[in-house]
Amino acid sequence: MNQFQYVRPSKAQAAIEAVAKDANATFIAGGTNLVDLMKRGIATPQKLVDINRLPLTKIERENNGLRIGALALNSAVADDKQVREKQPLLALALNAGASAQLRNMATVGGNMLQRTRCAYFYDLTMPCNKREPGTGCGALEGINRMHAIFGFSDKCIAVHPSDMSVALVALDATVLVTGPKGERRIPFADFHRLPGDTPEKDTNLERGELITAVDVPDGPFTKHVHYQKVRERASYAFALLSVAAALDIENNTIKAARLAMGGVAHKPWRLTAAEQSLVGKPATEETFRQAAAVAMQGAKAFKHNAYKLKLAPNTIIQALKTAAAA
Amino acid sequence: MAMNPEHDAPAGHDEARRTFLKQSSLLTALAFVPAPVVDAAAANLDEKVAGAIEKVPLKLEVNGKKYKLAVEPRTTLLDLLREELNLTGTKKGCDYGQCGACTVHVDGQRVNSCLSFAVMHDGRKVTTIEGLADGDKLHPMQEAFVKHDGFQCGYCTPGQIMSAVACVREGHAGSDAEIREYMSGNICRCGAYSNIVAAIQEVKNGGQKV
Ligand SMILES: Cc1cc2nc3c(=O)[nH]c(=O)nc-3n(C[C@H](O)[C@H](O)[C@H](O)COP(=O)(O)OP(=O)(O)OC[C@H]3O[C@@H](n4cnc5c(N)ncnc54)[C@H](O)[C@@H]3O)c2cc1C
Ligand code: SF4
Ligand code: FES
Ligand code: FES
Repeated sequence: MNQFQYVRPSKAQAAIEAVAKDANATFIAGGTNLVDLMKRGIATPQKLVDINRLPLTKIERENNGLRIGALALNSAVADDKQVREKQPLLALALNAGASAQLRNMATVGGNMLQRTRCAYFYDLTMPCNKREPGTGCGALEGINRMHAIFGFSDKCIAVHPSDMSVALVALDATVLVTGPKGERRIPFADFHRLPGDTPEKDTNLERGELITAVDVPDGPFTKHVHYQKVRERASYAFALLSVAAALDIENNTIKAARLAMGGVAHKPWRLTAAEQSLVGKPATEETFRQAAAVAMQGAKAFKHNAYKLKLAPNTIIQALKTAAAA
Repeated sequence: MAMNPEHDAPAGHDEARRTFLKQSSLLTALAFVPAPVVDAAAANLDEKVAGAIEKVPLKLEVNGKKYKLAVEPRTTLLDLLREELNLTGTKKGCDYGQCGACTVHVDGQRVNSCLSFAVMHDGRKVTTIEGLADGDKLHPMQEAFVKHDGFQCGYCTPGQIMSAVACVREGHAGSDAEIREYMSGNICRCGAYSNIVAAIQEVKNGGQKV
């Protein structure tokens, strides 16, 4: 691993300045993704700005919702009483990710910013536009079993690996950031980006911008929720794909619905049209089947991931059925 | 590289090895063009920059012993424990967060010691497998692993036991299924899983202080 300078500011402003003015500096939170990437030589920061001593771990009520600090641990959020009561979908998605030990280290901010698990991104001997812009995409003509079926470009077909983010995009969360130019709020759906011509950029965060919290507004999705994750072994693996489903049901009629998928695109993939197709309908398998068909419009597979075109709608139906029965 | 432990240097830390470590890090230091160096050792790191080749001061309590150390920022907690404090009970399996062999407790929480830098834990309390027993008396989880044959080759065992203790303390040992889910971060290549679950169940139901 390369050597680096290490600082541990106690004030957010100092942390932001340290990263804003140095192109080779980066924040470190839990370290579970960054240390991994540094050991492999994929991330080579010259300076690490340790943000763990900043007071950003609280989970509190704020404007009809929950404000979750960027440094709240994944385990702390999943076990939090308010989260389990108000946003059970988020707790389910968190607990579907990684392992108990990793969730004790991983933070909310770091989780959102974890990088893709595309095998070519990890292999320094292979071309990868995300790791080294302009070198080409190894996955496009390579083994692309894990790759995207929505929103990809000819520059990159990778998927975002976060489970938590799939729930947060479904729940209409907002990301609070502070940077050299001040504060801004980014709707969760606009936080991650599609690859386009610049797959090296995973998100719309600018240099030096620090995530301080995520706001999750209260909603009616306190009961009929489910997070369905499909993986190659029973647990402790990244998703082949996943579905976050939340329903508000009254007298067997769907009053409101939220639906998002993970493992299918460069960002957590919200299925707004499918959500709309559910509203006002009875909570039956037929309704769910139709919604799944709407969700899959525009999907396109590569050589090795055509199975996702079948697996995705089936998982959507399964997730909606389980949510309705919850 | 372990410096000035407030107590005795850990047993078995032989001088030759220490010299070798010193020399080898000196060689890397010489081969490296130093980035602007500010004196970090002089004060806390709050807003100061530690030079890339400089060691950073680190206070750590490990298994009840207080250490004042100086470490390279890129030393992982796992490497610090094994190579500098000679606490080799904690194992290095994958070194990438995938196997759980390196599980230790930091301020009572189980973590993978391979995926964080030691300096990030300044001021914290670390417990490793060596610190679990009470003197000569094994921890109830250690006894249960022995009783239920919770291991074969034993390589994953320290991590399994540290994780198992945390699993019970967290209240995540409610059923076999819950235990399996919350122990899934600890891989056992020998497949001792069902005996591990049995050991955890016994400790959880035994009502001893864990
Ligand atoms: C073996 C293994 C299995 C895993 N399985 C899963 C899984 O199944 N599902 C899943 O979702 N995840 C999984 N993960 C990924 C894990 O969830 C992430 O590594 C973790 O969430 C990252 O959080 P962190 O705090 O450790 O981030 P770090 O590694 O500290 O940081 C990650 C990135 O975020 C930046 N950053 C961190 N905090 C902030 C902030 N507040 N503001 C601005 N930038 C910031 C850092 O600069 C860095 O670039 C797995 C990881 C491992 C190692
Ligand atoms: S899919 Fe994206 S991350 Fe994977 S090789 Fe292609 S450019 Fe790199
Ligand atoms: S050595 Fe840390 S998880 Fe494998
Ligand atoms: S006992 Fe051999 S790996 Fe678990």
